[in-house]
Amino acid sequence: MSADPTKDKERIGVYVCHCGTNISATVDVENVAVWAKDKLADDGVVVARDYKFMCSSLGQELIERDIEREGLTRVVVAACSPHLHENTFRGACHRAGLNGYLCEMVSIREQVSWVHTDKIAATAKAKAMIAGGVERVIENEPLESLHVPIHPDTLVVGGGIAGIQAALEIADSGNKVYLVEREPSIGGHMAQFDKTFPTLDCAACILTPKMVSAGTHPNIELLTWSEVERVDGFVGNFTVTIKKKPRYVIEELCTGCGICWEKCPKHVVDDVFEAGLGYRAAVYTPFAQAVPKYPVIDTENCTYFQRGKCRACEKFCPTNAIDFTQTETYISVTVGNIILATGYDLFDARRVVQYGYGRLANVFTSIEFERMCNASGPTNGEIVLRDGVTPPKSVGIIHCVGSRDRNYNNYCSVICCMSSLKFAHLVKERTGAEVYNFYIDMRTAYKDYDEFYQRVLEEGTLFVRGRVAEVTDAARGPGEEGKIIIQAEDTLIGKQRRIPVDMVLLAAALEPRKDAKEVAQKFGISCSANGWYTEKHPKLDPVATMTEGIFIAGAAQGPKDIPTSVSQGAAAAGRVLNRIGRGEIELEPVRATVEAAKCSGCRICNNLCPFGAIIFHEDLMVSEVKHALCQGCGTCVAACPAGAISGSGFSNGQILAQIEGMLMFDQPANLLNLAEMALA
Amino acid sequence: MSDNGSGKPKFAMYWAASCGGCEIAVLNIGEKILDVDAAFDVVFWPVAMDAKYHDVEAMPDKSITLTLFNGSIRNQENEHLAKLLRQKSAILVAFGSCATEGCIPGMANFSSTEEIFTAVYDTISTHNPEGTRPKTEWMTPEGIVLTIPQFYPMIKTLDQVVDVDYFMPGCPPESHQIAAVVDLVIQALAGKATLPPKGSVIGAGGSTVCDECVRARNVKKIDKFVRIHEVAEVDPTLCLLEQGILCNGLATRSGCGALCPGVGAACIGCYGPAADVVDYGARLMTAVASVIDSRDPNEIEAILDGIPDPAGSFYRFNLAHSLLRAGKPAVSGNKP
Repeated sequence: MSADPTKDKERIGVYVCHCGTNISATVDVENVAVWAKDKLADDGVVVARDYKFMCSSLGQELIERDIEREGLTRVVVAACSPHLHENTFRGACHRAGLNGYLCEMVSIREQVSWVHTDKIAATAKAKAMIAGGVERVIENEPLESLHVPIHPDTLVVGGGIAGIQAALEIADSGNKVYLVEREPSIGGHMAQFDKTFPTLDCAACILTPKMVSAGTHPNIELLTWSEVERVDGFVGNFTVTIKKKPRYVIEELCTGCGICWEKCPKHVVDDVFEAGLGYRAAVYTPFAQAVPKYPVIDTENCTYFQRGKCRACEKFCPTNAIDFTQTETYISVTVGNIILATGYDLFDARRVVQYGYGRLANVFTSIEFERMCNASGPTNGEIVLRDGVTPPKSVGIIHCVGSRDRNYNNYCSVICCMSSLKFAHLVKERTGAEVYNFYIDMRTAYKDYDEFYQRVLEEGTLFVRGRVAEVTDAARGPGEEGKIIIQAEDTLIGKQRRIPVDMVLLAAALEPRKDAKEVAQKFGISCSANGWYTEKHPKLDPVATMTEGIFIAGAAQGPKDIPTSVSQGAAAAGRVLNRIGRGEIELEPVRATVEAAKCSGCRICNNLCPFGAIIFHEDLMVSEVKHALCQGCGTCVAACPAGAISGSGFSNGQILAQIEGMLMFDQPANLLNLAEMALA
Repeated sequence: MSDNGSGKPKFAMYWAASCGGCEIAVLNIGEKILDVDAAFDVVFWPVAMDAKYHDVEAMPDKSITLTLFNGSIRNQENEHLAKLLRQKSAILVAFGSCATEGCIPGMANFSSTEEIFTAVYDTISTHNPEGTRPKTEWMTPEGIVLTIPQFYPMIKTLDQVVDVDYFMPGCPPESHQIAAVVDLVIQALAGKATLPPKGSVIGAGGSTVCDECVRARNVKKIDKFVRIHEVAEVDPTLCLLEQGILCNGLATRSGCGALCPGVGAACIGCYGPAADVVDYGARLMTAVASVIDSRDPNEIEAILDGIPDPAGSFYRFNLAHSLLRAGKPAVSGNKP
């Protein structure tokens, strides 16, 4: 892949960044710059410099000045990942009159200094990578950015607090939002809670006004009991197909009076909203303040749907709003941006068999306890044992159930320490019972959280530092009969302890939604190894994703408390509004193109494009990539057996030149010998 | 047919590590062979006429107008003749799959020299009680040193040892393509046509075999691979790959007229990679893997297990010229 000899030799500048000491502590950057000027001169390197911070305005000016004075035609910047500063250096080149795509970044921070400790080897690797970058940049071609108009409507998926916040922010600015929620009501997990830490505000008091605003906002189209079926298109112009599940209730006629669920003869355990502690009718709204107020009929439990008789709700409905003939309907909406705020699932505490949940009656999960504390919950806010009447005299609260545990999830679920402290406070306040908290480390970061911990300490809650080994009803000694015994190592006193209590609360972990992977696939984003949606950058771009136009907010991105979820919802809305305000977005011109003469119409690529950008012309027997839809992912480029598809910015020539540059570095002859020795 | 001082352009053809099929293919151009004789003086063609290497060594440099070199570089003798003919020829054509990409002999690059010798000299059907192995030098009892060419550890293609002007793929090249190339050279020598730029692939198409295949094709989705004898009835009109039969046509350069798939046999890839494709096997594997119709890793494994002899299926003709086991590592772009 040597350069075309008929072409004039490029004039290349190589810039090696110290990144403070981030790179220079591990790579001998001065030596690398001297080497590049000397050894890569044959390839056209005419300038090579090192500088403390290439990305600073002084560093950028260095490049601009060299382009103007030295007549550089190509630039290689060896610094951090292109994710971080590719646009910075493209901008510097552009200002000096050089097309930004004639600039190539070599990541000697993420791929060299941060992952190596041996300075000699790291310096050699940095040189090899720069040699690859120089060979590649010779093959680069000038490209012009694409501009895509942004449709002003937005889709928000998930009606929890993060989704509601995002929807309200956008709607308040005067732009339309479709808010999709798969449950009958918006509100999410927060609607199930009683009090919120650390202020002990009533969750409903602060949430329901927002729910009502979202429900009545003229710019928000609420689509509850609905799910996104498919997503087509691309940033600025997504076409989203939404499935509306049948409510069997005509929304235009329903007044939400509640006669139907009062008259419904069927009562079933509510496993979702009441966490199995309460009952609901077969026609129901999950809770009294549900938004929208229209109920849904649960066909699996409805007597009419199961046995063909009853229709009590229909008979008693004063507005004739019941319609048993409804079926699924599909609507299609066009939006410019999408925010995913699909939340979390609670860890199933049954999986930790030794803690007895599901076996020992008086072991409760955190969400059961939330419902129990809630004044409108199944016990009207009374904290009682499973018999429904007896208040506990002693309560054990176990932290980290399913979190920070190699058997389940390695990560910390963030909210459990604080919610466990809240539980301790509520138990003390309402029953006066003795409370033990079993914790590994107490994590009460963030504003006013540690103060709350101090308060709970002062209230007399007892703390045992150590992981609980077992929760059992097998009494071993006096005082243990009829109790649940928590066996744990108290690591502060270095002893095993058995503490008999009446009630145990398990602070269950937060887990990604069961269908998070499928949802991520549907929207073209990725999930981390743990299953949370992956953000574009963990620090600098936490609500964007690698897919343009798709944003994430709230616990779908990782465990979070309410304030952080609200902040993320607002942040994602801010990012979307910025796009809507500009009216268009500049996209990298990295696109795939089919060379028709080489295409044999084998149709390998036809089904591969995640963006549906490939069409097949039956008459000509060739495939074509629609540039408006192509996102430059390269899937088809790699798959094309005829080599008929090329990706701008990632041509075979560029990639092979880069590989060759790296391999040729210093020892081409040895490589030949190695290969032959391997077979000799 | 020897150099009679007629002043006609001179023609040579040589076989290195090859089967002889390329020579047959040249003769198979029919009466066109008479045009070759009319237009050229055949100065060196071991399969057709007697000649000695020292005759070639004595020729002036660049005196042979056109040399068709078939066969790959297996040993010292092959390399010597490649270099000699390069020196003596104006136009050197890597003729056929062996010379262009290693072909069947190239699959020996999967094995070490020791493994190859064991397979040849140490099998149950070989009578070799003394365990004799080839030696490059041996002294007779009379004190005469006899030599044979050294066997190389890897097969190389012609362009991995010398500079090549044109590449003509095929195992062997189709006769109508050979006739067309011969015609073109004759025309060019008469000043009535121009030769393509140096380094071009000649005698082949610009697309892949699918382009010439008449079988109907749909969006590809493969849920199983089968060998052709395992299919009860091969659909005579549908793409073979869509029937689960691994057909290499999609990655193989056009030019043969899709003969094999035309008669219901899968393309095995003898015309080599399409233009600009560096590693044929990798290309084909990526293409086939990308249309496996499953998302379940175990199921995908099971489907892939249906591919008969993956190395032989994907690298049958091109191993020596691939990135995987090229006779020469790709650091110098497969050039000498």
